[in-house]
Amino acid sequence: MNMDTKLEPIVQALQEKFNTSIEEFRSEVHVFVNPADIVSALTLLRDKYDFELLSAMTATDYWPQQSPRFHVIYQLSSLARNITIQLRVPVDGVDPKIPTATGVYDVANWRERELKDMFGIIPEGHPDPRILLLPEDWGDKHPLRKDFPLGYEEVQFTFNFEDIDLRKPYAKE
Amino acid sequence: MGVEQKLGNMGIVTTSLEDLVNWSRTNAMWPMLFGLACCAIEMMAAQASNYDMSRFGMELMRASPRQSDLMIVAGRVSRKMAPVLRRLYDQMPEPKWVISMGDCASCTGVFNNYSLVQGVDEVVPVDVYVAGCPPRPEALIHGVVTLYEKIKGEKFLDRVEQK
Repeated sequence: MNMDTKLEPIVQALQEKFNTSIEEFRSEVHVFVNPADIVSALTLLRDKYDFELLSAMTATDYWPQQSPRFHVIYQLSSLARNITIQLRVPVDGVDPKIPTATGVYDVANWRERELKDMFGIIPEGHPDPRILLLPEDWGDKHPLRKDFPLGYEEVQFTFNFEDIDLRKPYAKE
Repeated sequence: MGVEQKLGNMGIVTTSLEDLVNWSRTNAMWPMLFGLACCAIEMMAAQASNYDMSRFGMELMRASPRQSDLMIVAGRVSRKMAPVLRRLYDQMPEPKWVISMGDCASCTGVFNNYSLVQGVDEVVPVDVYVAGCPPRPEALIHGVVTLYEKIKGEKFLDRVEQK
């Protein structure tokens, strides 16, 4: 157990209250929290243990190896104590939803809009669920999922130059 | 140069109207500020004092499309920006030209993905493509001079729509 000594009581408290499991890597701690408990866990960490800053809020897609498919990641830092902790929320692929963290941290507003665009994870109770990064007429596909195709158009080499040239949509006047 | 010889005693120069119009168009061409990404820095460097583009008539860059006649698309054009680009191009008065500066504007360079327009010639018709990532200021100036040579060979009927 080579986590920071200041983190140990905090992780202990989280485990008792929310029945979490942890994963450690070098000196980092990842705490797995259920989606229903995440807002109370964030509030507890912010109020009692001085984690003022939500440094990062992203998600990862582990399709098709793992199920539940998405892990929503909250990286919290405490400037007063100089520690960071990571909370991971496993979310299922069918109808993915998490309760919104905008009540706890204001910066989660845009982070959750970005998650909704890029992954399709819908924040419940979000005050402003508009599209953030993608164009308005984008549709329903979510680019950062693992089943979204990686490239976009066929590469134009010399052997297929004319074929692709005829098919490419050039702009007229 | 040749002008004094042609002037003679009367002080009159004769030329063709097309040559005169094309000469005047190339000598005072004002580009529109359309620097989107890293190529914009090289465009600024080309406009600054070391590689001066004012020598070629581009005394200043106009931010308004109504007052410019050249659009240098410098940088990546994303799908969200493409309608904006087209609208600004439509607002420029004729005659207008487009230089696609850099790899990302010509063919999207290294980015083959969902969010960038694959070459700005899907959105606006381009006259000169300048390659490079980013192109050096000298390369951009070479592109501008190539455009001037293209303009000097233009005829009036090119710009009139044939019914």
